[in-house]
Amino acid sequence: MESAVCVSFGRAPFFLLYDTESKTENFVPNTAADAQGGAGLKAAQLVVDMGADTLLTVRCGQNAADVLVAAGIKVYKTAAPTVAENLRDFAEGKLSVMTQFHAGFHGRQ
Amino acid sequence: MKIAVLSGKGGTGKTFTSVNLAAAANRATYIDCDVEEPNGRLFFKPEGVEAQSISTLIPTFNAGKCNGCRKCVDFCRFNALVYVKDKPMVFPEVCHSCGGCALVCPSGAVTEIKKVVGSVESGVSGNVRIITGVMNLGEASGIPIIKAALKKSGIAEELTVIDCPPGSACPVMESVQSADYCLLVAEPTAFGLHNFEMVHELTALLGKPCGVIINKADGEYLPLDKFLADHKIPVLCRIPYSERLAQLGADAEIAVKCDADMAALFHTLLADIRKEAAG
Amino acid sequence: MKKLLILSGKGGTGKTTVAASFIEFLSARAFADCDVDAPNLHLVADIDGEPERTDYYGSQKAVIDPAKCVGCGLCLENCRFDAVAQKDVRCEINEYACEGCGVCQYVCPQNAVTMQDDIAGEQTLYCGARTFSTAKLKMGRGNSGKLVSAVKSALLQNAEADVAIIDGSPGIGCPVIASISGVDMVLIVAEPSLSSVSDMERIIKTARIFQTKTSVCVNKADVCPEKAAMVERFCAENAIPFAGSIPYDKAAAEAINSGHSLAAVDCPARNAIHAIYRNTMKLLKA
Repeated sequence: MESAVCVSFGRAPFFLLYDTESKTENFVPNTAADAQGGAGLKAAQLVVDMGADTLLTVRCGQNAADVLVAAGIKVYKTAAPTVAENLRDFAEGKLSVMTQFHAGFHGRQ
Repeated sequence: MKIAVLSGKGGTGKTFTSVNLAAAANRATYIDCDVEEPNGRLFFKPEGVEAQSISTLIPTFNAGKCNGCRKCVDFCRFNALVYVKDKPMVFPEVCHSCGGCALVCPSGAVTEIKKVVGSVESGVSGNVRIITGVMNLGEASGIPIIKAALKKSGIAEELTVIDCPPGSACPVMESVQSADYCLLVAEPTAFGLHNFEMVHELTALLGKPCGVIINKADGEYLPLDKFLADHKIPVLCRIPYSERLAQLGADAEIAVKCDADMAALFHTLLADIRKEAAG
Repeated sequence: MKKLLILSGKGGTGKTTVAASFIEFLSARAFADCDVDAPNLHLVADIDGEPERTDYYGSQKAVIDPAKCVGCGLCLENCRFDAVAQKDVRCEINEYACEGCGVCQYVCPQNAVTMQDDIAGEQTLYCGARTFSTAKLKMGRGNSGKLVSAVKSALLQNAEADVAIIDGSPGIGCPVIASISGVDMVLIVAEPSLSSVSDMERIIKTARIFQTKTSVCVNKADVCPEKAAMVERFCAENAIPFAGSIPYDKAAAEAINSGHSLAAVDCPARNAIHAIYRNTMKLLKA
């Protein structure tokens, strides 16, 4: 919980699936991290399949954003360095909705 | 005869060489395979240009036929497919158009449709047919466009000059595949040599005969000469650096049309290449 | 650590020459070469010691087992990349054309095709008084964007310095986009030609999307003063800081050819690059 939030969404090593009601933590390895291309997409698929309704991340690509929007998952921009601080900020309504997405980096020549 | 002009390093004079080689011949076809940034047409200023769209195939999904098995998503090695709210979504920029999703779908829910990725322009400049491959900004691979541009090569008896992309990656290999001879443009500097070694390796791998033109030869760079001698690569000519040539290049002027010495040099070069390729 | 990325668009404008000089002026303790197709910085950068080398794995590639292949040609029929050739009876994969899609493996009735790990390049990291991260992609391999990101990560994870200098890749494609991500500033080394100007415009557009500070300098400016002026005008019209001009100078090639940057050579080009360096550092730290 004190670990730092990763600057990349698609290639983050882990996702934390946190249930705000039961307060349970589940750290899930991100199998998209070493994808050749489309890491953001694969990571977004994972988040969808996990059944999350909200995502907290530093930044996010346009491709992943399109998936999350289609799935009805809300994306917020994290501010503080650690996971715990961001969960607290979210609970207190301090995080802002993510509005700027960057272009995909592709993976091809 | 098809001559591919390549260089390891950008900025050595590949376009300068290929444009002038084509312009010096009686009749020729010039094909610009540097589809990311085709510059040859800036020099030739072709007329009567017709453009042909080049497309690749992207899958679309029929929600009515989709049974949610996700075999398509699981199959895609490029992560171009995502399954959200009971249907697959495709991300065209990441899709490699392999057709795999359509093959694995058990219910015929996948149809592939065309997506335009670039174009091949055909025009004329004097005695030269100008074929330009243009890749749309943001597209990931220029190979379908290069393949289409090369289909417009002249007949075997006539001269085709292929202006290749810089470097030695896949688009370069594709451009060189059908060439009879490779003309390598080298720069006599440490950076030039390092990159030259890579492009030479590529021509050796493809089994193409090659020769070298040393451009912007301001002085000697012995390690380059040694490399060429050790690998028995013939040096067909050396062009010294000249402000006049640099100025002509910056203004996109064709040297053989403005300078008698250059015209003579390229005529001789062409004759030498024909001799080398035949012998 | 502030990161400065040096790009050129069209190759041959002098990107690596400028980067190498900056590294010496700054006495930089962190630098990287992101031109993974044809890395050159190591030829003029002052580094010693034994580096760590790591294999870089690209996409898996298809491999056909000749013992199992019966030559039915289904793989060839279904391959969209012309990566299958039929020699005598059996089918073979061309590793340069194979994009690793897996279709041939799916259609093969004999289970003769397997998808195998493919070493697409090598990453090199020097970690001494100076940290230098670089890599080389094997010939005919794609996916350079991911390797570029790996070179940058290795630098960020291992280097401790105020400023890092990154020599970027030429071109305007995906590896260039990958290299712009996360840097604090981009310096474009343009040359006075139509082709260079057009590439410069495309890079600036991308840098804008990433909201990265951008500055431009013109190399070999005196070769075509009117195009050099065009570059300056473009910068003025688009509120892009113009960092300076560098004259064509024979001394540059001489220094590079003897394995050094221009930093220690007293010549017009070096002095011009130094002025650009001062302007760039001011903007970077602002």
